[in-house]
Amino acid sequence: MQRIGVFVCWCGSNIAGTVDVQAVSDALKNEPGVVFSTNYQYMCSQAGQDIIKQAIAEHKLTGIVVCSCSPRMHEATFRKTAAAAGLNPYMVEIANIREQCSWVHKDMATGTEKAIILGKAAVAKVNLNAPLTPGESPVTKRALVIGGGIAGIQTALDIAEAGFPVDIVEKKPTIGGKMAQLDKTFPTLDCAACILTPKMVDVAQNENIRIFSYSEIEEVGGFVGNFKVKIRKKARYVKEDICTGCGICTEKCPQKKVPNEFNMGMDNRRAVYIPFAQAVPKVATIDPNYCTMLKTGKCGICSKVCTAGAIDYTQKDEIIEENYGAIVAATGFNPISMDKFDEYAYNQSKDVITSLEFERLTNAAGPTAGKLLRPSDGKHPHTIVFVQCVGSRCAACAEKGKEYCSKICCMYTAKHAMLTRDKYPDTEVYVFYIDVRTPGKAFDEFYRRAVEEYGVHYIKGMVGKVFPEGDKLMVRASDLLANKQLNIQADLVVLAAAIEPDKSARSIATMLTASMDTNDFFTEAHPKLRPVESPTAGVFLSGTCQGPKDIPETVSQASAAAAKVIGLLAKDKLTGNPCVAQPNELMCNGCSSCERVCPYGAITYIDKEFRMPDRTTAIRRIATVNEAVCQGCGACTVACPSGAMDLKGFASAQIIAEVDAICK
Amino acid sequence: MKKVAYFPGCTLRTKAKDLDKYAKDSANALGFSLEEIENWQCCGGVFTTSKDEIATKLSSVRALAYAEKNNQILLTVCSACHNVIKQTDNAMRNDSEFASHVNNYLKDETYHGTARVMHYLEYLRDEVGFDNVAQKVVNSLKGVKIGAYYGCLLLRPNSVMQMDDPENPRIIEDLIKALGAEPVIYPYRNECCGGYVALEDAASAKKKSVSVLESAKQAGADIVVTACPLCKYNLEKNASDVKVVYFTELLAQALGVKGDENE
Repeated sequence: MQRIGVFVCWCGSNIAGTVDVQAVSDALKNEPGVVFSTNYQYMCSQAGQDIIKQAIAEHKLTGIVVCSCSPRMHEATFRKTAAAAGLNPYMVEIANIREQCSWVHKDMATGTEKAIILGKAAVAKVNLNAPLTPGESPVTKRALVIGGGIAGIQTALDIAEAGFPVDIVEKKPTIGGKMAQLDKTFPTLDCAACILTPKMVDVAQNENIRIFSYSEIEEVGGFVGNFKVKIRKKARYVKEDICTGCGICTEKCPQKKVPNEFNMGMDNRRAVYIPFAQAVPKVATIDPNYCTMLKTGKCGICSKVCTAGAIDYTQKDEIIEENYGAIVAATGFNPISMDKFDEYAYNQSKDVITSLEFERLTNAAGPTAGKLLRPSDGKHPHTIVFVQCVGSRCAACAEKGKEYCSKICCMYTAKHAMLTRDKYPDTEVYVFYIDVRTPGKAFDEFYRRAVEEYGVHYIKGMVGKVFPEGDKLMVRASDLLANKQLNIQADLVVLAAAIEPDKSARSIATMLTASMDTNDFFTEAHPKLRPVESPTAGVFLSGTCQGPKDIPETVSQASAAAAKVIGLLAKDKLTGNPCVAQPNELMCNGCSSCERVCPYGAITYIDKEFRMPDRTTAIRRIATVNEAVCQGCGACTVACPSGAMDLKGFASAQIIAEVDAICK
Repeated sequence: MKKVAYFPGCTLRTKAKDLDKYAKDSANALGFSLEEIENWQCCGGVFTTSKDEIATKLSSVRALAYAEKNNQILLTVCSACHNVIKQTDNAMRNDSEFASHVNNYLKDETYHGTARVMHYLEYLRDEVGFDNVAQKVVNSLKGVKIGAYYGCLLLRPNSVMQMDDPENPRIIEDLIKALGAEPVIYPYRNECCGGYVALEDAASAKKKSVSVLESAKQAGADIVVTACPLCKYNLEKNASDVKVVYFTELLAQALGVKGDENE
């Protein structure tokens, strides 16, 4: 039998105003197991806590009930108080008679009656409580960052600065991501490469950072503090440690017709290539889909011209296994495919391009060396139409577009329009928009400048159709403010395509058991208060993999994710939550229902030998719970058809006892 | 010979007799027969999007119920009828409140959303196969440049019609190729002809029709084909020197079943 103490808090007049606290403490005195009951003005104050401590010692209490505010508020406080008096902290129960009682009732009699019932329920539960001890697990002091764009780079740099080793896994041959492809960045118009490439060099030179480029995540096991990850380092057919990045092979390779993905396919590269001049690592990669030597065994020119002897046609994929304490997803985004947007004639005309292609056309390192020329005939365009929200905010066309706002397009379109007018004042620039959304520091001022100083024609309305007519593009659109239909003869049409998470994110999320929303963006643990953590312990989110973001926001979130990782890696051991699922091995029938509903991947099945009643032994398949991974959500206890799964601290018997006490 | 339940539509009894006749003759030549459903009525001409508008949709539902009961494909040939019946079918499948209202009216002819509505063009593509159509061609239209005119009703809304990409379709072009002729792609092939606007604002409708025909002509089309009587009416009224014919007429001609009196 428990020896229970009941402590009823007045919370000043917050509780005492609508609940007769004396009546509550008197009524609960007679409940089974209760040996002491009192009330006090502020239980959470030092004096109130002393009353609890003193009562625990004097009355040899084995459990306590505090009738006060929500457990969210002071459960931790009272557990500490109990622990200080030598009582197991999980023997403390809170009856919430403030938020769920005094604050919602006006009548003293009703409030008091309900407070007594809530108190009785808590007492009934404590009678069945057992002391719980949280487990401990060690922390591997190394972090993994998946994705080497600006988000991954910033996260890795911050973690490395704090003294912890970090590995970046990037599937492309170089880090840098989308930002490396951009020309200028809004709203300050500094050149993207000028601010990004020094950071890339910092990453390469930092002793705490290892870069696995041209590599992908193969398998993730383990749990917070102790992840075990397999990384596939794809064969690049060039020895990374020997290649000097001189680039002779990329000049001599006879296979010249490979679409250059870094320039969005607007020019060609060789089969052996370095994506761009400032690539990190600056190492050549052979594209096995195009290399004549790898496909037919005849060629070998790159091997002959390489003075360092770095070419190795026999290289194989390599699997690297490493342990990590924390993992950061920074998998980034891509513009959506324009294949289903034939109304804009993207597939019918070379002069209809996406905004990312426009970036390459205006970039000094791009296919036109920075001159704005039409892809079809290399002429300078005199009329350019920008179309915003292509596939964004597109609830009615969900089969081809996205319901959400891609957030960055208004600003980069304003940038493109402004820069075009600045460099080529003879060009007429039109921007069609649904709304112009420019919240952000110095953002709206930037957009106003495009309109007022640079004379960009902003027209509210959408483009209905674009079609080639001779060497021009006919743009049919509506001007909603003037209530007119417009026909514009354009030389170039630029589509602000919606952005979506990188395709690899879905499989990575599955491996990490991290949840995603319907658009395949990673879900955060709390949309406001825990925005850089995944609900899965030890997995953090950085950049556009969590939602559309511009560069300043991405970098902020990247640093925030790094801070969370550093906080985790700074610990030697992790104290778990003891309120975890616990299977009853004798009742488990091995059906896997719990394993399927577990959002954290905490449940696995093992084969275990059992002694049977007739003295034989049998192997049975039963559930086991990894206590370090279990978050105590209780989904498995509901799913289990045989009632074998229970949650420590919230056992079915305890919940039933509470319900019984309320309904009595 | 395979029998297919057929909904002709009222225009095919008056202005668009050609569309109907050549559809039937071509079907026979291709090895299937069009069996008019019993007691069909006008489809209503326009699918009303208001949810409580039931009376105008009953005709379509009765046609659907007939096809369902006889376990047949319901074949249409007029773009407007196809649009109305297909959209009604979609409403009956996905809007249970609407479906129960309608079925309460109809009592013995209730419809449970299992009929398969197909446009004649879809039937040629998916059931007969354009390859097989090509094999049956006796008068190849080689050298003729033909512009397919889709108009607005045949392919939209795409989520319901599910026939072809409404912005960059190919189904009529593929038929034209099967008949040996040369399809001409022009920008206005999926624009509106002016439709019923012709009744109250003839000038606006004319503008639309003229731009369609001009666009086809500039792209080099000798003939424009359509599946819609209203499109044909509007285009011909504002016709230039481009000939406008039903796709079924073209088909009948290629299959050699057009008859001399129409040559």
